[in-house]
This record gives sequence, structure tokens and C-alpha cells, in this order.
Amino acid sequence: MSSSVASSASTKTVAEYRADLKNVPHKPGARKPEPILKVKNVRRDFGGLTAVDVDHVEVQRGVITALIGPNGAGKTTFFNLITGFDKPSSSKRTFGGPSAADAASWSFNGRALGNTSAAAVAKSGMVRTFQLTKALSRLTVLQNMLLGAQHQSGENFFVALIKPLWRKQEEANTQKALALLDRFKLLDKKDDLAGSLSGGQKKLLEMARALMSDPVMIMLDEPMAGVNPALTQSLLGHIQSLRDDGMTVLFVEHDMHMVRHISDWVIVMAEGRVVAEGPADTVMSDQAVVDAYLGAHHDTDLGDDKFITDTAAVRIERAVAEEDARTAKKTKK
Amino acid sequence: MDGIIKILYDMSASMILPTTAAFVIAAIGLNVHFGFTGLLNMGQAGFMLIGAYGFAISIGAGLPFWAAFFIAIFAGIAFALILGIPTLQLRGDYLAIVTIAAAEIIRMVGRASILNDITGGSNGLTGESFRNPFAEMSIFGDGQTQILWFEFDNTGVNGWWSRAVTWFMVFLFAAIVWLLMRSPWGRVIKSIREDEDAVRSLGKNVFSFKMQSLVVGGVLGAIGGVMFILPTSLQPDAMGRNMTFLIWTAMLLGGAATIFGPILGSIVFFALRLMVQGTMRLIVPDAWMNIQQTEQFSWIMVGVALMLLVIFRPQGMIGNKKELNFNV
Repeated sequence: MSSSVASSASTKTVAEYRADLKNVPHKPGARKPEPILKVKNVRRDFGGLTAVDVDHVEVQRGVITALIGPNGAGKTTFFNLITGFDKPSSSKRTFGGPSAADAASWSFNGRALGNTSAAAVAKSGMVRTFQLTKALSRLTVLQNMLLGAQHQSGENFFVALIKPLWRKQEEANTQKALALLDRFKLLDKKDDLAGSLSGGQKKLLEMARALMSDPVMIMLDEPMAGVNPALTQSLLGHIQSLRDDGMTVLFVEHDMHMVRHISDWVIVMAEGRVVAEGPADTVMSDQAVVDAYLGAHHDTDLGDDKFITDTAAVRIERAVAEEDARTAKKTKK
Repeated sequence: MDGIIKILYDMSASMILPTTAAFVIAAIGLNVHFGFTGLLNMGQAGFMLIGAYGFAISIGAGLPFWAAFFIAIFAGIAFALILGIPTLQLRGDYLAIVTIAAAEIIRMVGRASILNDITGGSNGLTGESFRNPFAEMSIFGDGQTQILWFEFDNTGVNGWWSRAVTWFMVFLFAAIVWLLMRSPWGRVIKSIREDEDAVRSLGKNVFSFKMQSLVVGGVLGAIGGVMFILPTSLQPDAMGRNMTFLIWTAMLLGGAATIFGPILGSIVFFALRLMVQGTMRLIVPDAWMNIQQTEQFSWIMVGVALMLLVIFRPQGMIGNKKELNFNV
């Protein structure tokens, strides 16, 4: 069933994939018309604590899906589980364990990924970045990029010894890497060691490196944390252009403006479960999401002067005057 | 004056000794493990010993030189695989513990009196029992030759032939490591040293690459072991824990993760030790420190040097300072 979905998928345009979402009900675990990622019964326990307990969730192909939720909701653990960096507690076991129907299973692009290594997941086209960046410090920025390229013949031990066998491919990869670095404003850093980059630049490098592998789906763990506003703007543009190129994007983010701005679909997690799903506007007005995560004032910019009303200003003035009087008394004594 | 000339002669002679070259080969192997891949191999002497046993026992059984040499290489490969399969999936420090234990197991088994007929027990195997096939391959003929102030037999036990072959191997293996490390294969290897998970997230099979690295370095260790026993004899205790630490010192002295670091480090290491020992012998009266004690003192200095090195110049003599500016 799922393989037919994968093969028919390439025919639709991005706009059609986005339009598909209009008919999807706004409830947790909703079925999507063209799911690229389907996750079932994924549970992860750390001792007595259940970090992730997702019954069913699907990610629509060709759109930008945001995964939001309070700290400790299990978003990153969920990322780790489906990318093979962690194993679900509910996975199938040779002896004992859950029954076949209850066991964790997930498929990506029509391929079952239940028991696959992280490297194999990446090879199948689902590439991730990390919340805490993993730049390869003692390699140059360009070498970091080249590592991301797939199917390199020079990575075979014996081929590696003879440069003519891999030189052409290396040159092609270098061209591609330089183009990506240019796009992410890192071109003049290409010969610097990655360890010398700033935190935000490392985020950019990691995203660019992930793109070197031509992923079908890219999973970004807090891509905007620590990136300056101007760069955030251009990054948003990049992420949208990835979608327009036909890539599926799933990202974790706390910046609600960004989520609202670019995501086609939002999945909300709380305490390890998916609690709400839907387009950004609908989800953010959902009472459960507001209570669990956003808070009543999520639409207000707390740094904005307008927020300080006249009565508030008067109250603050009065408090300041009282404080002054008190300190004046103290100094007299 | 004579004393100083004697020290200088000893130092320069130690630089071209075949055992120094053998040591360098093992250090190049360790550099592949630690310097490039980040594998904490604390049992490089075990790889040397298993190569040495593989070679010496095969010759003793009547095999020709090349067959014995390849058996030594296969012994190194097998040892690496046996070590790596259970341990490479674990965190780095566990590999250190397992390798040091495995090297000790090899040494203890070799020393066991029950194997006296094969390994020679704790006495080991004499040089005569495995040396001849190598000497017979010599293209240098008989007689003696003087180059600069060195005069050695052309072929003999410790002559120009073994010097030429071992040092040729040193530069051959250094070239191979250089070829590997500039390639995409080397890039993956160095990336694994930096962050395994990042490499995994980009679709590389980290375990397979680490295993390849362990095998390459292990084979170099085994070949180093063969070359180490050729001009001398096979003594299991000569390739024990202290040998491992000497290789580490030499590699760190030269500079880990560099091509020439292990070569330069080993040469300087032996020369410096002889200088310390010779100078002590010359200026310290016998009543304070006799000949035996000056030698022990020079080894103590080696330990102190290793500590000072990793504290104040962790990049070694030719390592890149820039690379150490960030904590890894």
C-alpha cells in the first residue's frame, strides 16, 4: 500500500500537497492523503518516566510541518527515535515484548524503518540536524560539507588510495558544497576550521551539510535558536525554497512567529503525546494548546511599549516614588 | 671530549636503528587509531607481539619468508576483528580497557610454559630461529660498508640490509597513510574522531569505518612487530605495556594526526633518551648514580616528559596549534 503512495507521489506539485491538507481533520493522529512518514505506537520510557508515547502520527509529503510543545514534551526524543539514534521501548523483540499490532513501527517513503541504524535512516533520505550543533571542529567548513555527500566512491578503502578514481566526483561535490555555502552566507569561511565558527554559524553549517546529501525529508531540531534576526529571515526563505524544491521539512521550534510564518501544518506534543494537530492558526487558538504551552499572552510582544497601558504606567510610577521615599528615609537614619 | 663524541655517535646511530624503524611503523599504526580516528588503543604492543609470533612461529615451521610475513599480517587483522566486534560499538574508553587487557592476554599466553615448544615460553624465540630467510633475501652481499661515520655489515644480524628494508617500509607506510588521509575515506575517519553521531546522521556506517581503521593500524603494528624482532630476538616481555606507552610517548612527541609526527617523534625520542643517559653517565659521579641507575633515571625522565608534553604541548612537535584552540 505504502509503496504505491511513494511512487504516485512524484506526480503532484507542492501546491497540490498543501491543498491536500485542507481536507484533513484537525485532530491528533489525523490521516494524511500523502504521508511520507507514518509512525505507530512509538513509546520510550526512561526508567519510570515515559518521555514519548505516540499512538499514530503522519507527516504529509512536500509540506513544512512544525513540531511544537513545551520543554520536556519529548520532541527531541521523538526525533531521535524515528531517525535511529534511539530505540523505542515498545519495539518488537525476539522474546516477549509487545504483540505485533502494538509494537512500534514506522515507515518513511514506503520503507519500514522499525529496526534500522541511524546511518541507514539517513541513507534512505531522512536527514536530521541536532539541537546542540555537531560541527566537526577540527575539519574545515568545506570538509564538513563534503562529508555530507552521498555515494562517494572515495570512501571505499581501496579506491581511496588512488586519487584519479575519485577526483571527478570530489570536484562535483565541491562545486555543490560551495554553492550551498554561498546560499548560507558561509562561503568566505570555507577554509576556516568549523570549531572557530560562532554558534549560529554552526547551525547554518549543519543545515547546509544535511542538504549536501540531497535528502527527501529534512528534520531540523530548533534551527533558529541562536541565529540573529536578519539571518532568521533568510533562513525562513531557504526553508520555504526547500519545500518548493519538493523536499519535506519537519522542524522543532519555539519561535511561534516562525512557526506561524512558514509551517503548513503544526503538530503539538505535550508530555510525550500528540495533543493537537492542524494549520498554525487553528492550533494556536486551541484552548488545550494555549493552556499547555503558549500561555494566554502568546500574541503579545512583552517587549512592546503598547503593552504597558496607562494604568500600568501610573502604577509603576507610584511604586518608584514609594521606593525612593523609603531609600531617602534609610539614608537619613 | 671523547665522552661527548661517544654520546653523539650513540644518538645518531640510534636514529637509524632497524628497531627504531620498527617502532616507527607501530607508531604510525597507533597514529591511525588515535590521531586520526580517535580510538584509544592502549594495546599496540599486543598487535606487535601477535605479528611477531605469527612470523617467527611460521618460519620455525619451515614456511618461506613471504608466507610467514602474510601470516603475521593476517594475525594482526584477526586480532583487530576479534577486539573490534564487541568493543567498537562502546564508548572510546572501553576500547582502551579492552585493548590493554587483550595485549596482556597475548603476552601471558606467549609466556605460558605449556606452549614452550611453540612460543619458547618466557624465554621467547632466539633470533637464529627465524632470521635466516630474511638475511638470505639480501641484495647487498657480504662485507662491510661505511656511510658517513657508520660502519656496519652489509647483511649481518644488524646491518645495512635490515636498516634499508625497515626504513623503506617506514616511508612506504607513511605514504600510504598520507594517501588515505587526503581521500574521502580519511575525511570520514577524521570526522568520526570529532563526532560519531554527526557522521551517523549523514548516512555513514561508523562501525565499519572504525573497524577498517582498527585493522589498518593493527596490521601496521603487526608488521612493526615483525621488523622489531628481526635484528634481535622475540622476547614477549619486550613487547609489554611499557612498549605501548613508549609508542604513545613517541607519537605524542612528534604530533598525533600528522603524517611525519610518529617518525620524527620516535627518532627524537630515542636520541633524547640516549642523550640524557649519556650525559648523566658523564657528569654524575658513580658514587651518586651508577650506570644502571642512569638508565633508570633516563626512563623516569621519559615519563616526566610525557606528562609535560600532554599538558603544555599536546599538539606535539609538528602538530597544528590552531586545531587545539577548541575543546573537543
